[in-house]
Amino acid sequence: MSIINTLVRRELSSYFATPVAYVFIVIFLILSAAFTFQLGYFFERGQADLKPFFDFHPWLYLFLIPAVSMRLWAEERHTGSIELLLTLPVTLWQAVIGKFLAAWLFIGVALLLTFPIWITVNYLGDPDNGVIVASYLGSWLMGGGFLAIGSCVSAATRSQVVAFIISICLCLTMLLAGHRLVLDFFAAGLPQWLVDTVASISFLTHFESISKGVVDFRDLLFFGLLIGLFLYATTVVIEMKKAD
Amino acid sequence: MIKIENLTKSYGDLEAVKQVSFNVEPGEVLGFLGPNGAGKSTTMKMIAGFLSPTQGRISVCGHDVESDSMAARKIIGYLPEGAPAYGEMTTAAFLRFIGELRGMSASNLEARITEVVRQLNLSKVLEQPIDTLSKGFKRRVGLAQAILHDPLVLILDEPTDGLDPNQKQEVRSLIQGMSKDKIIIISTHILEEVHAVCNRAIIISGGVVLADATPDELEARSRYHQAVTLVSPGAEDIASKLKGLADVSKVEVEGNQVTAFPKSGKQIFSQISTLITQHAWQVSEVQLERGRLDEVFRTITMKGGRS
Repeated sequence: MSIINTLVRRELSSYFATPVAYVFIVIFLILSAAFTFQLGYFFERGQADLKPFFDFHPWLYLFLIPAVSMRLWAEERHTGSIELLLTLPVTLWQAVIGKFLAAWLFIGVALLLTFPIWITVNYLGDPDNGVIVASYLGSWLMGGGFLAIGSCVSAATRSQVVAFIISICLCLTMLLAGHRLVLDFFAAGLPQWLVDTVASISFLTHFESISKGVVDFRDLLFFGLLIGLFLYATTVVIEMKKAD
Repeated sequence: MIKIENLTKSYGDLEAVKQVSFNVEPGEVLGFLGPNGAGKSTTMKMIAGFLSPTQGRISVCGHDVESDSMAARKIIGYLPEGAPAYGEMTTAAFLRFIGELRGMSASNLEARITEVVRQLNLSKVLEQPIDTLSKGFKRRVGLAQAILHDPLVLILDEPTDGLDPNQKQEVRSLIQGMSKDKIIIISTHILEEVHAVCNRAIIISGGVVLADATPDELEARSRYHQAVTLVSPGAEDIASKLKGLADVSKVEVEGNQVTAFPKSGKQIFSQISTLITQHAWQVSEVQLERGRLDEVFRTITMKGGRS
């Protein structure tokens, strides 16, 4: 545990030692505010809730989270520090989890810094704060899902740009899995149960059900399993690509 | 001690390391020599536990690096090729991070950091991000992290690459100072370094061990071993006289430099020095050759490359 703790602290401090963290947080806050007020008609709707705020999170994450996850392993491979890290008395799992947790906590911090919008909506009206808490939780879980996918892609390449672009494509597929665009692609020639399975892994569906305030065990399990699966895939990919 | 048995590593069809076996005892400083792409780094990566062997076994002080990996890693200090580090960290933060991952207690860690910073002259750059350091400092930070936990086994991939002559000398004496009870394996391109720090050398080429001997024994394989070189304006004249000696097998002239090669097992230095006084030759320099490592290296690796 103390090993993961040490890894998380190093990763987090490295985010803040470079402009990455500040640029990410500022852009995340500006974009989420712009979307909420301009595109989401926060005031015009006249409703005391944060639906227009959370509705844009999947789309913000689509671009911003690959920007965080792309460096997770690609940079280690590019500089060769992966060889140092993985010859220390650290297991591959500890390294993968440590790096993932640091990035996830960082997303959590960015998310918490949106608190002024929560204060605003409470000042203006009388929102259901339970729904808001559930939405924050759902948003953070979805962010973790994106991050785990990005971690796996980042392990496969030493180029951060390649990691960024492939992560966006994969995340978009996961996001829109329930959408006609993706389903039509899979529907041709595949049995119905498989098409239904694809549809059921849609991030949007699971996120929307949590952000309605219904914290269903199955939605939590979905994100938990997804994160675990892609972190496992990360360890497999690292092991495979070590020699390159 | 390190035991390596039938170590093989293949990448697809390419066999980078083929059936390599050797043991290293405490107190030995083993120099790993070979042309680029010979399999030196691959072998070192496998000993350090980064790559898994395709075949064969490595045990480090009784711990198998595959099945008992964590125990083996704890007693190994490793400097990967190019001395990678986390560039945005300061030297002090980086060393502290490595020490924490190695499970060192806080007080021991601080004491050891003070010690390695002194040994490697890092005090000036302690609070500087590693990215901003010169190549020589980066290499020394890499060395510092490798020796931080005072490991029994040190594996250093090109430890003096990128250092200036003074720094090279400092690192060599540091390695020598530590060598008494440790197992040290270093890879290098610099042949003089083998003489300076190693008491054993392995030459590897094409993934195969071609020679395993002390630096002195390797030099004895040189055709220059026990040869005598003279520098004189009358080189041609001297050469013809030297050819007359019974124990001389061959004489080569290059400008005003004459080299006489002895027949195998013969000593010719004293005979030649007697001749010099007898004939009152004008000789500005006389040298008994120990053998030229670079020539041995070339002969061994070229032969190995062809077969």
